[in-house]
Amino acid sequence: MSKPKKVITIGGGVAGTEVSSLLAELGYDVTLIEKNSQTGGKLNGWSHLFPTGRPAAQVAEFLQHKVQRNSFKTICQTDVSQVVFGNGSFLVKTSGDERLPADAVVISTGFDIFDATRKEEYGYSVYENVITSVDLENRLKAGAPITTAAGNKPCRIAFIHCVGSRDEKCGNHHCSKVCCVTGVKQATELAKQLPQAEIFCFYMDLRMFGLPYESMYREAQEKYNIQFIRGRLSEAAENADGTLQIKAEDTLSGRPLKMQVDLVVLLVGMVPGKNTAHMADLFELQREPNGFLQTEDPHLFKNRSSRKGVFLAGTCTGPMTVDETLDHARSAALDIHHYLQNK
Amino acid sequence: MNAFGFKLIEPRSIDFDQFDGRLLNEILEKEPSFKICLSCGGCTATCNAGTLIDFNIRKMNLLLRRGEITGLAREIDKCMLCGKCMLVCPRGINIRNVIMLLKKGLVQYRNENI
Repeated sequence: MSKPKKVITIGGGVAGTEVSSLLAELGYDVTLIEKNSQTGGKLNGWSHLFPTGRPAAQVAEFLQHKVQRNSFKTICQTDVSQVVFGNGSFLVKTSGDERLPADAVVISTGFDIFDATRKEEYGYSVYENVITSVDLENRLKAGAPITTAAGNKPCRIAFIHCVGSRDEKCGNHHCSKVCCVTGVKQATELAKQLPQAEIFCFYMDLRMFGLPYESMYREAQEKYNIQFIRGRLSEAAENADGTLQIKAEDTLSGRPLKMQVDLVVLLVGMVPGKNTAHMADLFELQREPNGFLQTEDPHLFKNRSSRKGVFLAGTCTGPMTVDETLDHARSAALDIHHYLQNK
Repeated sequence: MNAFGFKLIEPRSIDFDQFDGRLLNEILEKEPSFKICLSCGGCTATCNAGTLIDFNIRKMNLLLRRGEITGLAREIDKCMLCGKCMLVCPRGINIRNVIMLLKKGLVQYRNENI
């Protein structure tokens, strides 16, 4: 039997670990390159997943178990520094001065979280009671009670949708897709933890695209009394006591609205990762106008990049939920398998 | 003066068949960014005039698109052209130019209709 063909996966988050495990299971010689000290990606920081409310750690554990079972080579704390194109093959050079040959490459470098300080009018990192959905998720994961910066129980909390998404001023035209349902999930979690608190969601459109998501929205209204106001936050200002004054238009009643709240949660969107952009340069790949990597065909070949032999998995191609990322990674494994079989 | 009898009540519904799009089309042609409003209300929330008096800049877009031009001239006179709305608009619409075009267009529209 000939030597197994070599695959290099760049990025060891949800997509990268799943596609690597599957390809190793199929008998390929897989090497996973991860820039951080451990694999798992942003999933490691999430507390619970929508729509089931299952601890994110369970899914992370499942992925990790598969990684261990299939024992492929993982190189952590390493970047890709250079790529040499051969005839249907690649030579990948790492920051650790390794030279790795590959018959196929998977890019699974994922997304970055929108930098909320860019929306200056919302006061993130200026006002201490303005946090992002990622900060909140990390706090929920740590199991600490949610308090204001002064350590008090917040009585009124506002979730702000579409921060850094659908915003041309930030250069992001796209909808990040997962923030609407994340907002509903987190608002519900806070309502459970702080039953006395009043919780408001300020939205432009609520995009409950997944089958069970609409029920979550309904439950948030029916069971947890979360209130939804259709209007985009225009600005937040801090009062002397650390509370925040927020302004929006209540577009459905057609009047400007102001509200004093104890805590503001900005639902930050997904932007193409810096590493994704770097890979696009190294591998000379086409990108969409929104910066995510372009797929060969948006209907039929969603795992193929604009370069033969370079495959894409996960959120480097656009915003996705954890479940969708897993599906995308699995289809990538199958596509690569077909490609290498026929090579 | 007749104190009793029938009074004709105008129907409240928006009659798209009577829609006169001249003014709207002219503004859209000269300021195409006006096409992409997503009615988020950021402009109205930050509007200095709107916090004090009954003035809703977001609704202007809707009124124009529904052909409800009556009263629009008086409405836009409330705008002080400060441009704060443009700072918060997530789609970068040149709202001040829309107001200026609307002011000009309404004069022209009135003249044509006399």
